[in-house]
Amino acid sequence: MGKNEMKVIFESCSENESFARMVIAAFAARLDPTLEELADIKTAVSEAVTNSIIHGYGGGEGSIEMRGMIDGMEVTVEIVDFGVGIEDIPKAMEPMFTTRPDIDRSGMGFAFMEAFMDELKVESEPGKGTKVCMKKRLSEV
Amino acid sequence: MELEYQIQGPYLILKVGKELDHHRAEQIRQIIEGISRERTIKNIIFDFSDTVFMDSSGVGLIISRYRDLSMDGGSVCAAGVCPAVEKLFYVSGLHKIIGVYPEVEDIIHGQK
Repeated sequence: MGKNEMKVIFESCSENESFARMVIAAFAARLDPTLEELADIKTAVSEAVTNSIIHGYGGGEGSIEMRGMIDGMEVTVEIVDFGVGIEDIPKAMEPMFTTRPDIDRSGMGFAFMEAFMDELKVESEPGKGTKVCMKKRLSEV
Repeated sequence: MELEYQIQGPYLILKVGKELDHHRAEQIRQIIEGISRERTIKNIIFDFSDTVFMDSSGVGLIISRYRDLSMDGGSVCAAGVCPAVEKLFYVSGLHKIIGVYPEVEDIIHGQK
């Protein structure tokens, strides 16, 4: 299947959550993923993009970068924002931990990314932004 | 996009829509707030029969409504959940705290 790469930049607004999911689904489609694999990737992307919108930019303006890479049967997705960053990454990744229970956040975003992808790496610097890198190896048909 | 909802006896039945993400969850939250300003909501049924996608924003929405209503003896249920959404219910543990039924009618006619 070889290699492929893409990058999209979009504004931080909740309408773009479904846009990001559609883009990554279209990008991964050439690997012929199962419906479940596709749903897993879309969920993980949705979580990361939502985090950037709500936490990274606090609902305000900003841009989000989504990079996709395909290498063989492995899909890598990076979601990058240039927002407030995360002070304590292990704490942020604890299931059920949220800084925004006031707006119904479940605190399960990172837990879902971990559950649905094969690898998850989070890099962040307060005041600079956050990069979430996720990989999923698709099954060969 | 207008959210479809109906009130049947003690139940507020909400059509979740195609994709329950942060964007949609915010819309639904506002609709529920609007209704609750005019009348008391005791039980909510989330109708997932048209829903093909959900993320943790949906989990947050449902858990918060459960928390609000169960304190006053009310309930939150879900109906018509597809396998992709069901997976999220299981991974999040949501299936342990709220009832999940094949159809809305099962809740209305079965729980009285």
